[in-house]
Amino acid sequence: MRHGKLLGRSEMDNFIKRYPLWSLFFFLLAAAFLCLVLAPWPPELVAVWGRKQIFLNALLGGITLGALYFLVAAGFTLIFGLMRVVNLAHGSLFLIGGYVGYEVATASGSWLLAFPIVFIVVGLIGLLMQFFIFSKMEGEELRQTLVSIGLSIVFADLMLWWWGGQSYSILAPQFLQGPMELPLVSNFNEATGVVTWLRYPSVRVWILVAAIVIGIAMWLVLNRTALGMLIRAGVDDREMLAASGVRIHMVFLAVFGFGAGLAGIAGIIGATFQSLSPGEDTRFLLASLVVVIVGGMGSIVGAALGALIIGVAEQMGFVYAPTYSIVLTFLIMAAVLAFRPQGLLGTRR
Amino acid sequence: MSVADQAPRFASPVDHRMWSERIPAPWWILGLILLLLPIVANNFWLFQIMGWTFILGMIGLSLMFLAGYGGMVSLLQMSIAGLAGYMVAILGPSGAANVSLGLSWWIVLPAAFLIAALFATICGALAVRTDGIYTIMITLAIAAAFFYFTRQNYSIFNGYSGFNLVLPPKLFGVNWRDPLPFYYLTLACAALCYGAVVYLARSPFGLALQGVRDNPRRMAALGFNVTAHRVAAYALASVFASTGGILLVWQNAQIAPGTIGISSAIDVLVVAVVGGMRRPLGPFIGAFIYVLLQVFSTDILGFFGFSADRFKLIIGIGFLAIVLFSPDGVLGLWDRWRARMAARKAATTGGGA
Repeated sequence: MRHGKLLGRSEMDNFIKRYPLWSLFFFLLAAAFLCLVLAPWPPELVAVWGRKQIFLNALLGGITLGALYFLVAAGFTLIFGLMRVVNLAHGSLFLIGGYVGYEVATASGSWLLAFPIVFIVVGLIGLLMQFFIFSKMEGEELRQTLVSIGLSIVFADLMLWWWGGQSYSILAPQFLQGPMELPLVSNFNEATGVVTWLRYPSVRVWILVAAIVIGIAMWLVLNRTALGMLIRAGVDDREMLAASGVRIHMVFLAVFGFGAGLAGIAGIIGATFQSLSPGEDTRFLLASLVVVIVGGMGSIVGAALGALIIGVAEQMGFVYAPTYSIVLTFLIMAAVLAFRPQGLLGTRR
Repeated sequence: MSVADQAPRFASPVDHRMWSERIPAPWWILGLILLLLPIVANNFWLFQIMGWTFILGMIGLSLMFLAGYGGMVSLLQMSIAGLAGYMVAILGPSGAANVSLGLSWWIVLPAAFLIAALFATICGALAVRTDGIYTIMITLAIAAAFFYFTRQNYSIFNGYSGFNLVLPPKLFGVNWRDPLPFYYLTLACAALCYGAVVYLARSPFGLALQGVRDNPRRMAALGFNVTAHRVAAYALASVFASTGGILLVWQNAQIAPGTIGISSAIDVLVVAVVGGMRRPLGPFIGAFIYVLLQVFSTDILGFFGFSADRFKLIIGIGFLAIVLFSPDGVLGLWDRWRARMAARKAATTGGGA
């Protein structure tokens, strides 16, 4: 632990020593960003960029969207990193989770109850997929991907059959409804000296908190437990791990089930702060693809970073350049591919 | 070790037959059937079924070229086809007069091919930065981004509604959207694309591309520029996709973001995989099956007591069945059946002798 910390600091020192100008640039950028977020905006800035509240809302919206993307993409990247399966049915798992969560929440009246049930149901679907299909064609990456495409077509049509084309959304429970005040200045009235704090839907704030908690828990499991050690070893060298006597298929099953369950949970969250309809599966599949490409394939921290970047870029683009918001996301992806094809935090294989 | 010792190995047996004699008989029969089809087929078959089959087949062919010879499964081909179609609508005349420029066809067509090829080259250059299974992810992401962009953008792509009344030029006084001329137009284009792929596969470039597919490191060690070959394959494949895309716009007389959506991009993959990605004929067979299923889905599904909406389910299950049980598609099934027949025949005749 201590060694790791020291290493981290010295790496940062090294970076500053090697690239003093870049470090200064990044430092100034971070400082300017903090000023933008924390300080009240002068009228000149408001004239150029619009009200601060809009900016803060876009930023927070981006961060919470990033939290949702992270939940979807984390499972995707784990499955990819460990099994080399590009599971293009991952978006379908998200949508199934949302629909099942809707059914559970409306039938039982409990939003919280939906989470464990959906995690188990969707996780089980993932387990079955891995057990009956993907494990039969291990090593044939392209074929596995094609199968996952076929599955996504079948799932999408079955869901359309069962739930129809209308959109559903799950009502947040009572204690999460309404806005909450955040310690961020939204507006400062110079004449009266009154500070207005930013009000933001509390359900989104709690989802962000939950995503962070899940992310940290995943990191801890991956880096501090025996199972995590197996998974990391499997990501690095699957054959060697299998050769050393680990029943790697059990690890595969666990990871596939966990990743699928996570996508299902993300479905409930997606249904709570947006809505569910046919087509959302491809949207979230695309989001996880881009997040994983940007963040680095097979890396949880990379997925978090990528999700944050893509979520914020999407919301900012949506607010400030509506016609070109998708281009912004695409340009980020293209830039990462051009300069760092393995992703920001990915390792080259 | 003289030159004379080496010579026979390199000299291929020269085929002294005429080119027409080298084409096997089944191909002549197929060609004849296709040429004479208008005698028996009605307009619906010519225009809707066969026209669409050839178009989808050409777009699938461009994927087959990349995947079969280059080992790059690109989901981008529908976007490239769509871009070429969009360019025809944007640069040429269309119903959306405020966006379309209304230039004449001899500027529009080359420009459409060039722009699509440029787009394919840029995207290809991005996609080949990584290889193997990543290609599918990256091309899918680019295809989706392009789809969402056309839907959002009104100044160039006219947003959600797209372009309607995009008609082919009345060249030589023929209305090319009439079923008979359109059938021959698509047939000729498909035959040209097919021939081009067969030719390319045997050309030095095609052989090098197949070498890159099988062993990129070895090809790099031999002095071939692996990246350049892959990017060039994307550029070449864009020509087949663009041909299909332009014909598709003319057939539907309109183009909208829905044409190039993610499900269409996946349909192209389905078509190529179902037909078989090893040979250029595969995509056309896959397209024929797909179009038949699509057009007659109402009847087929009605027969089993389902509503016609379940077409995608049939496609999905069929695709899964092909991928699970015959990864080289319908052509692979056919090959194996013929091999088994031949083996049985050999067994019976061998036993008698």
